[in-house]
Amino acid sequence: MLEIPPRAPYRQRTGYLFLAVMVGHLILISAQVQSKAGVPVLEGVTFGVFSRIQTGVSGAFHGVTGTWSNYVALRGVRAENETLRQRLGDLEVRLQEQRALAGRAAQLESLLQLRESTTLPTLSAQVIAGNPNPGLLTVTIDRGSSDGVQPDMAVIAPKGVVGRVIGPVAGHASRVQLIIDRNAAIGAISERTRAGGMVVGVEGDPPLRMDLVSNLADIVVGDVIVASGVDGIFPKGFVIGTVERSERGKALYRDLTIRPAVGFSSLEEVLVVLVPARGAVPEEAPKPREAAK
Amino acid sequence: MRTAGVLVALAAALALQTTLAGLTIGSTTAVNLVLVAVIYAALAFGPVSGLLAGSVGGLAQDALAGGVIGVGGFSKTLVGFVIGLLGAQFIVAQTLPRLVMFLTGTIIHELCYQALYALVESRAFRMPWSATLIQAGVNALIGVFAFQIIEAGPGLVQRRRARGATLSRRNF
Repeated sequence: MLEIPPRAPYRQRTGYLFLAVMVGHLILISAQVQSKAGVPVLEGVTFGVFSRIQTGVSGAFHGVTGTWSNYVALRGVRAENETLRQRLGDLEVRLQEQRALAGRAAQLESLLQLRESTTLPTLSAQVIAGNPNPGLLTVTIDRGSSDGVQPDMAVIAPKGVVGRVIGPVAGHASRVQLIIDRNAAIGAISERTRAGGMVVGVEGDPPLRMDLVSNLADIVVGDVIVASGVDGIFPKGFVIGTVERSERGKALYRDLTIRPAVGFSSLEEVLVVLVPARGAVPEEAPKPREAAK
Repeated sequence: MRTAGVLVALAAALALQTTLAGLTIGSTTAVNLVLVAVIYAALAFGPVSGLLAGSVGGLAQDALAGGVIGVGGFSKTLVGFVIGLLGAQFIVAQTLPRLVMFLTGTIIHELCYQALYALVESRAFRMPWSATLIQAGVNALIGVFAFQIIEAGPGLVQRRRARGATLSRRNF
């Protein structure tokens, strides 16, 4: 049997009607009255209330779309992520290649500037191999006797002295002994005080030591050490490195360690100074009479 | 019928009110016939009729007066509802209670009206008590008189008819 829902009491309905009419009047008044901001009160209140509603609706909408885009629409993202990761790896490889090319271009540029600044005849060469023997610090360059390279020619880099060519020299390749090799030695002076000595390679860090410098010599940490040229191999004035430790020695000489100017771990392009060492003679086959002597 | 009667009464009150608009004391009209009609409707027919009559009459009065539409409507709605409730709670068939109702209704109306305008115009609330009391008295007198007329109207007609019939029998 259909039941008719009970109607609200008469007094209650009257109250609702009264409230509705009063609210209607208030809205009507608000529509005509302007607030201090010059905006009708009704407009201001409506905008304020509606902006709250808009905020709520917008938040709900963003929540729904966020849920959709963050969860539901991510079904194919794993595969896409994998593809993108692979692509990123490829791009990183390419970036490294480009960076290497850029670095190499910068090296070549500085090498070219060095070549233009120095009056010495030089020949650019590329380091093509390192040293297979850990006991000797040498590298192989792609220039040889056919390019005019001879033993004991100095090899330099934009930042400083690298080493010297050691024999035998092949037609299109040669070996370079680095100055940090323990058997290498180079005449050196302090650029500031002109105090002289001999820089030799050592096993340690830093890999250079300056010997034969008097305790009385004025050499301090940070002084630049350059080639003195007395050895007849390395051109005078080329930078060897900077003094990292300078202490008074027990004997006559100071204990000096030198940080090389050239970064030997990243040596790629060098210049061969095409000036034969002073006093050096081209390697020839010994004459029988001399050999007999 | 009742609604039509209330509407006609309101229209008549409004018409009379507009013609009496020049009759003012201070800044307040000495009589408010629309308010009298609203209070009458509330006392005669209850709170719903009172608030509806107050709403319609007040809006019409506001529209014709040129002020903020809704202020008079709000005030008269409130008066119609309150007086209607009071009329339903208490016996207001006598002249004195009706007089009190008209006085109370007028004061409530003026209080609400002035408060709303103070709010709307962002000014301090001030109540013209003397003018309000004068208007309340005039309204009450007119309202009570209207009650008497309206209530006495049907009986007066019947009595006249009855008197006319008696005279006819005597003559013939």
